[in-house]
Amino acid sequence: MKPVDEKLAKSFGLNAGEYAKVLEIMGRVPSFTELGIFSVMWSEHCSYKSSRVWLKELPTKAPWVIHGPGENAGVIDIGEGMAAIFKMESHNHPSFIEPYQGAATGVGGILRDVFTMGARPIANLNALRFGDPKLPVTKRVVDGVVRGIGGYGNCVGVPTVGGEVNFHPAYNGNPLVNAMTVGIAAQDKIFLSAAAGIGNPVVYVGSKTGRDGIHGATMASTEFDASSEEKRPTVQVGDPFTEKLLIEACLELMQTDAIVAIQDMGAAGLTSSSVEMAGKGGVGIELTLDNVPQRETGMSAYEMMLSESQERMLLVLKPERSEMARKIIEKWDLDYAIIGHITDTGRIVITHKGVVEADIPLAPLSDEAPLYRRPYVEAPKPEPLGPISSDMSLEAALLKLIACPDLCSRRWIFDQYDSTVGGQTVKRPAESDAAIVRLEGTNRALAITTDCTPRYCVADPEQGGAQAVAEAWRNITATGAKPLAVTDNMNFGNPEKPEIMGQFAGAIKGMAAACIALDFPVVSGNVSLYNETEGKGILPTPAIGAVGVLEDAALARGIAIAPGQDLVLIGATYGELGCSLYLREICGLETGAPPLVDLAAERANGDFVREQILQGNVAACHDLSDGGLLVAVTEMALAGNTGADLTQADTTPAFGFGEDQARYVLAVEDAEPLLTAAFAAGIPAQKIGHTTIDECLTLPGGVAISLSVLREANEGFFPAWFA
Amino acid sequence: MRAGILLFPGINRERDMVLAVRQSFGTEPRIVWHKETDLTGLDLVIIPGGFSFGDYLRCGAMAAQSPVMRAVRDHAERGGYVLGVCNGFQILTETGLLPGALLRNAGLRFLSMDTMLKVERNDTVFTAKYAKGEVFRAPMAHGDGNYTADEATLDRLEGEGLVAFRYHDENRNGSARAIAGVYSPNLRVLGLMPHPEDLVDPLMGGTDGKPLFDSLAAA
Repeated sequence: MKPVDEKLAKSFGLNAGEYAKVLEIMGRVPSFTELGIFSVMWSEHCSYKSSRVWLKELPTKAPWVIHGPGENAGVIDIGEGMAAIFKMESHNHPSFIEPYQGAATGVGGILRDVFTMGARPIANLNALRFGDPKLPVTKRVVDGVVRGIGGYGNCVGVPTVGGEVNFHPAYNGNPLVNAMTVGIAAQDKIFLSAAAGIGNPVVYVGSKTGRDGIHGATMASTEFDASSEEKRPTVQVGDPFTEKLLIEACLELMQTDAIVAIQDMGAAGLTSSSVEMAGKGGVGIELTLDNVPQRETGMSAYEMMLSESQERMLLVLKPERSEMARKIIEKWDLDYAIIGHITDTGRIVITHKGVVEADIPLAPLSDEAPLYRRPYVEAPKPEPLGPISSDMSLEAALLKLIACPDLCSRRWIFDQYDSTVGGQTVKRPAESDAAIVRLEGTNRALAITTDCTPRYCVADPEQGGAQAVAEAWRNITATGAKPLAVTDNMNFGNPEKPEIMGQFAGAIKGMAAACIALDFPVVSGNVSLYNETEGKGILPTPAIGAVGVLEDAALARGIAIAPGQDLVLIGATYGELGCSLYLREICGLETGAPPLVDLAAERANGDFVREQILQGNVAACHDLSDGGLLVAVTEMALAGNTGADLTQADTTPAFGFGEDQARYVLAVEDAEPLLTAAFAAGIPAQKIGHTTIDECLTLPGGVAISLSVLREANEGFFPAWFA
Repeated sequence: MRAGILLFPGINRERDMVLAVRQSFGTEPRIVWHKETDLTGLDLVIIPGGFSFGDYLRCGAMAAQSPVMRAVRDHAERGGYVLGVCNGFQILTETGLLPGALLRNAGLRFLSMDTMLKVERNDTVFTAKYAKGEVFRAPMAHGDGNYTADEATLDRLEGEGLVAFRYHDENRNGSARAIAGVYSPNLRVLGLMPHPEDLVDPLMGGTDGKPLFDSLAAA
């Protein structure tokens, strides 16, 4: 074993200053295992050392927030004594190195964060960003990630109901895989991680520990280079069958009063779970590693403490209940082992083969963790888009847009995900702006979405951050649900570069403003930095996952139109084409300022739309985002297999494809009462056309395209790519 | 009709099945853990979908060796009703209660979408509430639904009227003769790949699957 010194510390990811602090806390040279524990706990991934000062700017409170950031996942009140527990988390770095297992274990990890709090997972979503589709590597990554998400989610029996996919060359070497899980629990049955009860047994449950994933958290805190392929052994291997057993076993055990505290072993495995549980409880913890169930022989203390083997949980139990707990766990064929106990020392003491391998005071390990207010430069404000011209017709532009990778149908992807298991899926993928999942045994439903427009974020991080929150809020609103809270997954480049920190700071500023204006607090989240390869960073991607509630699931609206309806556009249209997909795909430009996010208008228009839906006045509703109005109406027509006539609408590309925010298209039986109500409320509204019985979309100006031609264009990309 | 729903480790559609049975039968099904061996009092044994034992061996092969399957075999021999859906169908073929096998889907990808099923006969306890030749919608969600048997077996199944359902719109998983479900010779054991239990509530998009459970409830 190598001697412990500054050089070894550096190879573990600790800089000279951080190593000096380790020496100061320990008062001696740490052991190899101790250094390993410090290095993972102080990694960017576990300590949020570059992002914490900024995350504090986000609003986290509301009367319906039960637990905000700081727990394994956020918890909100959704009525009738129930709580929704949810979080989104990245698994970016592993998914590039080994796409199938990287994505699969991402799903597994976020599921554990949710069920560890006592919730039965009821929905999975995933926000994915991939590189240039022309590159063979992108195809390999897309295929592996989609198979991995399906392979894990389908097996554990949690429906995958939504998400988003973008492509951009900036993700060539750093795809993003952000997985979100939503679970449901009784409000009086929520489990936390703070350990308590001196002498209480510390119990290990789940899969055996192997050498996989050692130092995974550290890998997730560095840039990639040509040697990244060598890091494959740091990627864990998922076992969704064991996860399913773990879910059922934990939920069964949670019906008893045996559990004092519980936490999953995620990043940094046994180290972070034991340190965090004891730290939060203000107690000490003593572990005897000889008792850890092991998959391989001859594992050292260092390897066991840093292993990221999947599907494992750490529990503190009431001693008199531990025998009953063992029976429940073993009924599900899972390992159960008492590996230690809670102490009053305030220290973590690790013993292996009779030798004390680590003895660290817990308070300084967390309290004195590095915290950086890294230098940053604000991103320069983009120049507004000047005049543009294209001689492409509306018809040709629409056909090209709906076929492009960023706007084409995602059917090929979601057809590989089980979206109906559980029997509660009211709206399946692409049927509505947010997925709708009923709460079993009630009339209530949750509306769930993920959103972010990275091309806006790179042009103007503040506007982009605000837009991501606003779009999530709008997507929930468009179903009729009341938006409640947000989980954020901040994906950025190297925080040691001031311009990257500037993107981060800007995005946070915009998100905070939007969250405040829309009463949409952040209750959980995750930060993924160092998303760079060979010094090139990704587009700043603050992915937003959001949850809303509908008191009556039957009121949920989808996007499908039907014959005999008027189409009304809610919200003001200025024709903003800066950073639009029209500009990129038709004019070949990625310039200009992103559309203005007017939070007051967003709020007013959304509240109006939701009220109209809940009054039963709206047959279908779709928010306007990527691609603008004509793309949205095309999606509504294809979903309902019903034509629409927009002959009388404005014929400019800016009207047809502008990406102005705070807008919705509503299908109603008769436009007049809606226009009257909007006028009375001071909400911009205009009738743009009506649905038809002939199967074609008639564009502004009068050119008609048959639905079958539109469908062929929209459905073509993925099947052709993977043919 | 008293129903029991078998639970193997890794089964994940038992909750869906409970809802469908509860709605049509008006009674609560009994959940039977795979290590139990006494099915006394049950008229219908249902094996729901999922990934029993992770499907790490051939789908259903491990579950077929569970203690409860001996009791299911006895139940079937006594003329009891058995319904296996998806993984349940795979378990029934692995047990030998139904002929054939389910291979990987032809395209080697998991398939999750609605499919249209044609009812081959409506004079069975499972299909009495459908019309003969009726086409109904059912969600499917499987990686291994490609029904296969040797030609002689397929001819026998067709000749004896033991094909229960066929894919009517598109035979996406590549099943022999578009077979989606088959009966035992006494018409009391049914296995099928798609999930009628996931389409029994208008709120979830339709009630196309409900007649199957209504048929059983009325038997």
